[in-house]
Amino acid sequence: MKYLAAYIILFLTVSLQAADIHVGTGKEYTDIRKAVEFSKNGDHIFIEAGTYNIFGLLIDKSITITGTGFPVIDACNLGTGITISAPDVVIEGILVRNIPVSYMVDNAGIRVERTKKVTIRNNRLENSFFAIYLSNSDECTVTGNTIIGHSESESNSGNGIHLWKCNKIDIENNKVSGHRDGIYFEFASNSRIINNLSEKNLRYGLHFMFSEGNSYIRNIFRENGAGVAVMYTKRVEMIENTFENNWGPSAYGLLLKDISRSKIINNKFTKNTIGIYSEGSTEILIKNNSFSENGWAMKMLGNCTDDTIVNNDFYSNTFDVSTNSSVSRNYFDANYWDKYKGYDLNRDGVGDVSYRPVSLFSTLVEQTPEAILLVRSFLVDLIDLTEKIMPVFIPETLIDNHPGMKQINSNNDNRI
Amino acid sequence: MNGNKILKFIILDILRNKWVITYTVFLMCISAGLMFFSKDSTKAIVSVLNVVLILVPLVSILFCSIHIYNSKEFIQMLLSQPVKRSTIFFAEYTGLVISLSVSFLAGIILPLSFYGVSTILIYLALTGVFLSVIFSAFSVLISISTDEKVKGIGISLFLWLFFSVLYDGLVLIIYFAFNDYPLEKIMVIITTLNPVDLSRVLILLKLDISALMGYTGANFQKVAGSMTGIFLSFTVLIMWSITPLYFAYRKFMKKNF
Repeated sequence: MKYLAAYIILFLTVSLQAADIHVGTGKEYTDIRKAVEFSKNGDHIFIEAGTYNIFGLLIDKSITITGTGFPVIDACNLGTGITISAPDVVIEGILVRNIPVSYMVDNAGIRVERTKKVTIRNNRLENSFFAIYLSNSDECTVTGNTIIGHSESESNSGNGIHLWKCNKIDIENNKVSGHRDGIYFEFASNSRIINNLSEKNLRYGLHFMFSEGNSYIRNIFRENGAGVAVMYTKRVEMIENTFENNWGPSAYGLLLKDISRSKIINNKFTKNTIGIYSEGSTEILIKNNSFSENGWAMKMLGNCTDDTIVNNDFYSNTFDVSTNSSVSRNYFDANYWDKYKGYDLNRDGVGDVSYRPVSLFSTLVEQTPEAILLVRSFLVDLIDLTEKIMPVFIPETLIDNHPGMKQINSNNDNRI
Repeated sequence: MNGNKILKFIILDILRNKWVITYTVFLMCISAGLMFFSKDSTKAIVSVLNVVLILVPLVSILFCSIHIYNSKEFIQMLLSQPVKRSTIFFAEYTGLVISLSVSFLAGIILPLSFYGVSTILIYLALTGVFLSVIFSAFSVLISISTDEKVKGIGISLFLWLFFSVLYDGLVLIIYFAFNDYPLEKIMVIITTLNPVDLSRVLILLKLDISALMGYTGANFQKVAGSMTGIFLSFTVLIMWSITPLYFAYRKFMKKNF
């Protein structure tokens, strides 16, 4: 009797203990679906290298799936690759590919649905409609994934990392390219987006709306069709990001639309058609950023109010600041402007004459865009100079009273 | 005396001219100085661009006028010799153009090329040479047509002012007056009909690429940045060089000195 009880206890513990399950040719299972069906909460499934033609794989138990040597999950353009609906699932080291475009359902490489604490790390996703799709989920982590899409037009392509109604998500060290939007957030809050690279996407490198309390740190957004767009959001932090080479008639380094109480600090804007385009933004702190070689470093429309722009560097831009209004309700101070022609008699590093960053010509171009063809002509230099001496057309209140004599954030240049 | 000898003599004569040497040294100082003081090479090229667009036409047009007026007696002497009129004309013109172009290349392009040869630099060299050629042709035409030295130089100066400043002013006024009409293409054509503006735009296409990528610029970039656009631009520059030269030649052949 004593032995029997001991056996039962032993049996129970063994069966409750997490088991390792191997999938692959010559292993316990050759079919991933069977392995998942058999597994229990806490099991660890190892998938050997190889190609597995499978779609619509549902993971509804808290298991870990590890791929060795990047096994290929090929959905063969039939539907979603993997759907996760259980908490505490980990998926790592697998390659998911060939997710079909659909106008009815959002097919995704890896889809996380109504759950929490899911980790998706070090995977590759190729040729997907949507790649990683998180919906109604909290506290998930998406790290180290490489996502490569082959989207051809905006209307029939999906996003690289797509979040819908999520909270507390960490997105780190991912590389996204060739999708519609690299990273897309809608109603995703309190999340951190760190060290990602989003490039060559058709529309936006990063796109979010109604996503409050997120921080974006050390990301690189480059060569995206329209740069980065952030809209209708409060309390956003964007720190040490790089926005570069976003060129085109409607491309922006960073587009701010109805953003309030946010911080944009230590970022680098290089070679964008427009560095920051700001529409209806209020109470934003733009500090210690460097703007170089942009067409327009900043375009602030008249409906931006109470923004603070301090300690930034503006150099080699065609236009530093342009606006469509003759009144400015924003505060510019202590920035470095390479076009500043003033002097510093007491040598305290602060120019003694205030500087108006909006040139008459940029105002003219605002009204008649065709006039851009006259940029850098002798006449334009002449009228800019006369306007600087006696401002009539440019906003009188848009003024930097303490322009710096030297570049402020030289450390930004060494980054990357 | 054959044509080559005359050409050689005239070129050497002009190259030894102290004003040509001053011009070269001056350009050299500007470009080397700008390169030395600005750490940003793009910025230096932009400054050099302004020098090229303003100074090169001005110097070309003034120097050629003054030279032609001053060598009036020499030309008359040559005409009394058994030499073809056309030989004298082309020798004078080529001499002027070669010496001005050489000064420009030695003064601007040579110092800049120490910092690396780029497409912008090649464009700068080409447009600078074209501007020298075009404005020399204009000034030869003016100084042959007008016997009075002061009047001739006055007209030359006005021509320079017109192409460098007034033309842009007119373009700007037209932009505003016809703001409501879709005149984009026409305005591009009008702007680029001026050799100074065309030279500027050709270089800007390489330089201010980001600004030009906005709105109309993108459109323009598509046209002018393409091979056809570049080909057309240079065709316009060549037309500007040939036309005044042709009229000057006709005047010279018929002129009673």
